[in-house]
Amino acid sequence: MSDWYWIFGNLKWNSLVFFHAFESPSASEEIAAGAALMVILGGLWLVWLLTVKGWWRPLWRDWLTSPDHKKIGIMYVVVALVMLARAVAEAVVMRLQQAVAVNDPGFLSADHFGQLFSTHGTIMIFFMAMPFLTGVINYVMPQQIGARDVSFPVMNAVSLALTTAGAVLVMVSLVFGQFETGGWTAYPPYTGIRFSPGEGVDYWIWAVSLSSIGTTLSGINFAVTIYKERAPGMTLMRMPLFTWTTLCTAILMIFAMIPLTAATAMLALDRYAGFHFFTTDKGGDMMNYANLFWLFGHPEVYILILPAFGVFSEVIPVFSGKRLYGYTSLVWATMAIAVLSFTVWLHHFFTMGQSANLNAVFGFATMTIGVPTGVKVYDWMLTMYRGRLRFTTAMLFSVMFLVTFVVGGITGVMLANPTVDFATHNTLFLVAHFHNMLIPGLLFGMIAAMQFWFPKAFGFRLDERWGKISFWCWSIGFYVAFMPLYALGLMGAMRRSFEWYQPEFLPYLVVAAGGALLILCGLIALFVQLWVSVKHRDQLRVPAGDPWDAHSLEWMSAAPAPEWNFAVIPEVHGREAFLEAKRDGTAYLPPERYEDIHLPAHSAMAPLIGVGALALGFGLTWHIWWMVAAGFIGIWAVVIARSFVTDTGHVIPADVVQREHERWLELVRNTPAVDRGVEQQSENLGHAEAVI
Amino acid sequence: MSAQTDPLYPGMTLEAADRDSHDAAEPVIFGFWIFLMSDLLLFAVLFATYAAMSTHGQADAPGPRELFELGSIFIETMLLLGSTFTFGMASLAMKYDQGAGAVVFWMVVTGLLGAGFLGFEISDFYQFAVIEGAPPQASGFLSSFYALVATHGLHVASALVWMVVMFVQIAVFGLSREVKLRIMRLALFWHMLDVVWVGIFTFVFLFGVVQ
Amino acid sequence: MNKRLTPKIDAACKRDLRQYTIGYVLAMILSLAAFVIVWQGLVAGLTALAVLSVLATVQIVVHFHYFLHIGLEKSHRDDLYLILFTVLIVALMVAGTIWILYDQHSRM
Repeated sequence: MSDWYWIFGNLKWNSLVFFHAFESPSASEEIAAGAALMVILGGLWLVWLLTVKGWWRPLWRDWLTSPDHKKIGIMYVVVALVMLARAVAEAVVMRLQQAVAVNDPGFLSADHFGQLFSTHGTIMIFFMAMPFLTGVINYVMPQQIGARDVSFPVMNAVSLALTTAGAVLVMVSLVFGQFETGGWTAYPPYTGIRFSPGEGVDYWIWAVSLSSIGTTLSGINFAVTIYKERAPGMTLMRMPLFTWTTLCTAILMIFAMIPLTAATAMLALDRYAGFHFFTTDKGGDMMNYANLFWLFGHPEVYILILPAFGVFSEVIPVFSGKRLYGYTSLVWATMAIAVLSFTVWLHHFFTMGQSANLNAVFGFATMTIGVPTGVKVYDWMLTMYRGRLRFTTAMLFSVMFLVTFVVGGITGVMLANPTVDFATHNTLFLVAHFHNMLIPGLLFGMIAAMQFWFPKAFGFRLDERWGKISFWCWSIGFYVAFMPLYALGLMGAMRRSFEWYQPEFLPYLVVAAGGALLILCGLIALFVQLWVSVKHRDQLRVPAGDPWDAHSLEWMSAAPAPEWNFAVIPEVHGREAFLEAKRDGTAYLPPERYEDIHLPAHSAMAPLIGVGALALGFGLTWHIWWMVAAGFIGIWAVVIARSFVTDTGHVIPADVVQREHERWLELVRNTPAVDRGVEQQSENLGHAEAVI
Repeated sequence: MSAQTDPLYPGMTLEAADRDSHDAAEPVIFGFWIFLMSDLLLFAVLFATYAAMSTHGQADAPGPRELFELGSIFIETMLLLGSTFTFGMASLAMKYDQGAGAVVFWMVVTGLLGAGFLGFEISDFYQFAVIEGAPPQASGFLSSFYALVATHGLHVASALVWMVVMFVQIAVFGLSREVKLRIMRLALFWHMLDVVWVGIFTFVFLFGVVQ
Repeated sequence: MNKRLTPKIDAACKRDLRQYTIGYVLAMILSLAAFVIVWQGLVAGLTALAVLSVLATVQIVVHFHYFLHIGLEKSHRDDLYLILFTVLIVALMVAGTIWILYDQHSRM
């Protein structure tokens, strides 16, 4: 313990990653130093950009303090895309290491490799997938049910702040010290203080805890919003399917994050206070960690996948020019999946030593989930059947999802059999399986959502050419990268190996590395698509708001939508409310009268809590106790201070609403309704000629 | 909002004397109920962990039978039950508009009972950890015991802080709508902590001593 | 400080007061019963655990009904379903955890 402990805790000069690159230069250390440099340069570039463009004020005033669910949704997606870029880059580095590490140590140290697969998994689940789907839900769901905002707009911003603080903590770990090396699940006793004494596991604990608290709050927010804020006439069985999957996801978020929070808290007590929850001595039970973790972990899988199911249920009917087939069965299948997801967690640790009967029970339960999922796949196929299909980027990703997801589902049913699982446990077969579920079942869904709703959010479509390039890179890249892993797994290749001694693995590993590079190209194409689309936005504009001839309420406003979403809350008379309104000719009629609209006021609470949470997490990681105290007290001081603020809303006068709304109606009237044949051309200004 | 007469949410309602607050309460109270349910699940997970560790995690440290004294647990139970009743009186005073004085009086009584509960609990912990040499670091069983019981204690403590904040708010704003809604949520929180305590005194203390 | 209440509200107030009182008395009886059973050693072993569990369950229902005002009325259904769903999840997680950990322990 140094003299500076009370100021800097365990943080020292040689905690800086650069220190090691100078002290003991090696490829591994230089890659680490390079990554740290990228974080620092990226941060500096951002600061420079904001300063030069004078964006600090608008950033604070219009974005960070905004309670608007649409802006919060967009910020969530931005966080997700940044983290996606890092985690894909890590994946490529790992694949390259494995491809060159046959009878050779390769270019990474074992420890660095361990950090890479740990951060890759942690980021992909908690800081890419979760923010991405939370962002899409935030943006879309309130508009889909005809609401002005979520039930608790400021709490929504707090959720974003907590998740972002966790993400920043993971980024900071690139510069200061090391991340943990025990994988995204961080099983003790390896991650206990005895075997992992450094700061790495603490980074993981606090980053994940912040994100899971944020997610629980989001879940509460979404569930209450759907229960209490639906437009008149929108009964539960008239809700769009994306809203249904959101409801089920929200319920899973409310209940599933808790065991994780409990498990990380217990692990922290073990590490910081010498408790014996998961230690190898004094009655600790490390199997309980696996139990608690997967009590969270399995419902989590459905938190990730259900929103994507919702997206496909919106995208496929719209681009098939048909109504959704089997609405009721899709609703029931969604609910069945949500409940069943709480009954299967043991299949993640079939090999942990419990009796065969117990394994069999959970094996059966696991296979049962295949049934409602199968129902969904048939419903989507029958939606496309005899439709007039338009293969936009969003639709391509959806179709590729259907095919690929079924492959992953089948390998899942194989793994659900405990006897098969014993042979394939912890091999690359498993790695191939869950990537085969999550890349189509989450990422393709989120990319499709981005392609689909981008014009709604920004008023212009995304460039289709680059979208399709990205699509082909992603899909071919996925198959090239992961099909060899199935084979490798069956050949006995264990996951998380940084070095191999079996020359017969080499060809498969090289192919897989090529696939990873293709996926990287897909990601780059996605960013190029954004860039190109922004550059050509004038040819891509869809100000009338309905570029795809879509079905649900969120399209019944200008693109981008006004802050208040709807000038007058729409009345709903059936499913596919917007489609019905277009058929009846009521979609673009002026309302009888306008009223003042109350919206929540901007609040600095969320960003302040985010800063406090970051201080709390960083302080705890490095044992900087004054920072912990400051963060903790700061957070609660802000919460209490906020409860004394009485002016929590502002009013948009009726005449402003009227002016804005009538300008849009005028625009729609003057915009020619276009046929679906020119959907992807500049004639498409967002007024659709009805197909159905 | 609609003029229906059914209560829109359970718990203490305000419909008798303050219709507007009653309507505004709907999403807020429902949201808080959901939070309470997830909080309840946190306790369930701690209970399950305790259930496993109380039998196989004792190592060579003292077990439940050597440690637990039912006397103070009984007093704690009576204090908490009493406080739940007195908070009910505070809610009634608020519901029937009997003035801030009555509300504050009953809340102060509740707070004192809650503080008394905490005092006994802390003295129990001191007795176990220091005098009888059974701190949480001694065994898995003790880790899970302190985690469960102290999590409940921390909830009570934070409810007391919340109560103090409410006193300040009543002083500043009077019984405004926002303040009423917060007291209603605090009441739900307090009653729910009592429910959890029923689980703790039964499944931890009584189960630990019986056999 | 009391404001004048209309007779109707006054009656409602009395009814609510009675509810809290009944709840309090029932909760006291049930808790006392549990403690007395253990103190006096009236029943022992598994029977004792069963009796205590039943008493606790009844008391929890009493608390939900009289203090948290959850009932079977139609207007309370949303919240009742929420609570029942929570009970389901709690049951799955608690029973599953205990089952798994005891099973593993018995095989060590």
